[in-house]
Amino acid sequence: YIHIINKADMAASKGLKILVGCKRVIDYAVKVRVKPDRSGVVTEGVKHSMNPFDEIAVEEAVRMKEKKLAGEAVAISVGPPQSQETLRTALAMGIDRAIHVEIPLAQLEKLQPIHVSKLLAKVCESEKPDLVILGKQAIDDDCNQTGQMLAALLDWPQATFASKIEPSQDSKQLRVTREVDGGLETIDVSVPAVVTSDLRLNEPRYATLPNIMKAKKKPLAKMSPDQLGVDLQPRQEVISVEDPPVRKAGAKVESVEDLVGKLREKGLVK
Amino acid sequence: MQFIRPVLHSQVCTSARPSARQFLQKLGKSCSFSLNSSSTRLYSTEFFPINDELYGLTDEQKQLRQTIFQFCQKELAPKAQQIDAENDFKDIKKFWRQCGELGLLGVTAPTEYGGLGASYLDHAIVMEEMSRACAAVALSYGAHSNLCVNQIVRHGTDEQKSRYLPKLISGEWIGALAMSEPNAGSDVVSMTMRADKQSDGSYVLNGSKFWITNGPDADVIVVYAKTKPEAGAHGITTFLVERDSPGFSCSRKLDKLGMRGSNTGELVFDGVRVPADRVMGRLDGGVYVLMSGLDIERLLLSAGPLGIMQAACDTAFQYAHIRKAFGQSIGQFQLLQGKMADMYCRLTSGRCYVYSVTRALAQGSRQPMDCAGVILKCAEDATQSALDAIQILGGNGYINEYPAGRLLRDAKLYEIGAGTSEVRRLVIGRAINNIYKS
Repeated sequence: YIHIINKADMAASKGLKILVGCKRVIDYAVKVRVKPDRSGVVTEGVKHSMNPFDEIAVEEAVRMKEKKLAGEAVAISVGPPQSQETLRTALAMGIDRAIHVEIPLAQLEKLQPIHVSKLLAKVCESEKPDLVILGKQAIDDDCNQTGQMLAALLDWPQATFASKIEPSQDSKQLRVTREVDGGLETIDVSVPAVVTSDLRLNEPRYATLPNIMKAKKKPLAKMSPDQLGVDLQPRQEVISVEDPPVRKAGAKVESVEDLVGKLREKGLVK
Repeated sequence: MQFIRPVLHSQVCTSARPSARQFLQKLGKSCSFSLNSSSTRLYSTEFFPINDELYGLTDEQKQLRQTIFQFCQKELAPKAQQIDAENDFKDIKKFWRQCGELGLLGVTAPTEYGGLGASYLDHAIVMEEMSRACAAVALSYGAHSNLCVNQIVRHGTDEQKSRYLPKLISGEWIGALAMSEPNAGSDVVSMTMRADKQSDGSYVLNGSKFWITNGPDADVIVVYAKTKPEAGAHGITTFLVERDSPGFSCSRKLDKLGMRGSNTGELVFDGVRVPADRVMGRLDGGVYVLMSGLDIERLLLSAGPLGIMQAACDTAFQYAHIRKAFGQSIGQFQLLQGKMADMYCRLTSGRCYVYSVTRALAQGSRQPMDCAGVILKCAEDATQSALDAIQILGGNGYINEYPAGRLLRDAKLYEIGAGTSEVRRLVIGRAINNIYKS
């Protein structure tokens, strides 16, 4: 059953309502090990934390609240019971309330961006945010798909790899600067929209102790995929996961001629 | 002396872990999660994990540790080696401001003055993680936040608190506490600094203080002086002295074995006039302020050696699993397994003792016996663990590119400051005698 969120919707009438996605991933500093059966990587007992790009997304939502562009910021995480810790971190950074879509352990390993984007789309139907900010990709699977798929499912405009979000000239839209291969692209998107955060969007704050303490009192609602009516059947099957080959020693060459000669030897150049 | 530099893929022992941001930058736009073992710098377990389940910490305290760990590893740890080499923390004012913003300078101070109104255990966690990153700066932090700020919180009048706490807690001012003198260390109540009452009610201070942490930089100092020398211990009064008072100076910064970067000085009071409303606590009742403050100081500072022991485990355990000899990593040889086990047990049991006593203090129970006991145990254990870390690093433990030597030099201070190990043993022994007094 769904916990009824506090009906007195505070400042939601003023400013944008933002939904921020947070994923619990293996901490970036951990030495990842492949499981002996090659079905995946070892996650048991391994340190996890919030996906760094999601921290940037959370920080942006909090800053937009501080600038009064946003009235309410809600964090959402799709994952195992421990995802609640990730949500508490978001709350401690300044998010108002959190939603946890709990995935049973058996289905967790097979969860893919297509499922997550469908779950998020369902939540958007009831929460009706004006802006969804997601990290551009997760550092475990590096898919870079959820934001784009979500926008397609909702038929909302998307602005991915954002390095800046501000109101447009006429203040009716959002002006987003995107980091693309050729440089920076600036586009105006109407709300509601999906934005994904890139590295240079901001530098996330440290959660202070008073905010960590306040976070405990903020509402955290739980939901299940069944309630949301989303089928978690995997569309892909992981056949094997392996370590990349051990890097072989290279060779140094003295001149360009030597380099071309070596490339010819290896048949890499005619 | 002949020794071979290990063929490490990176100077893992000398540099702090890169932040999440640097990690993302290195992987670049087409972020690919590489399991390539040659990039051990980014992926190795540089820190020996702490199992917070053992200590009964609340969720908030676990999060607090995470936050302070990240903050200190990013802002402080990369500078630790340089701070030690230069005997100076050039960015102290900037760091103090950052601590102020996080509320770290007034963990136990009331919120109305900008403090967090949190517990001694929360304060100890902050002290521990900061000490893990850089023991010297953590010592200065402890002197500021506990010896100075907390004493004002406990004994200051409302006016004194309003005047001094906000800027001390925001990080605009640095605080210190001065009790020891060149000829009065363990026997601190034999101090000779005089505070002579004047006709207008103010006091004039004459004398000098020695080994004062933050002395060279402090804006506000809690000073103990004799208003009634003939009454011995019961003639001491506590004063709040400001840096720009005429006649006050820091005559020199001391060149120390360790804790280099935690500026320690000799303070000279040459006819320093202190107004009557800067007397803290009861006139001639300073010994109570001093002794009860010492208990809390010992308790809070015992988190310092905890952090050093954790840093010793961080450095040595990782090294033992990277360094190879005779065909395997040296951490798998029994003698080193034994050393690591001893280091682990000292650290874990020390934490249990410190956290238990801080919890008891937070509930209102202050036991001088245990306050002395925690710092006695942790300080001696930290020295031993630092020695073990040097030994595990072998030849590399002996060169200053690696942090083990600094850990030893820093750890040793804790056997001396805030009451030497000898004095601590006396305190505990006498307390036990008291229990059996008929």
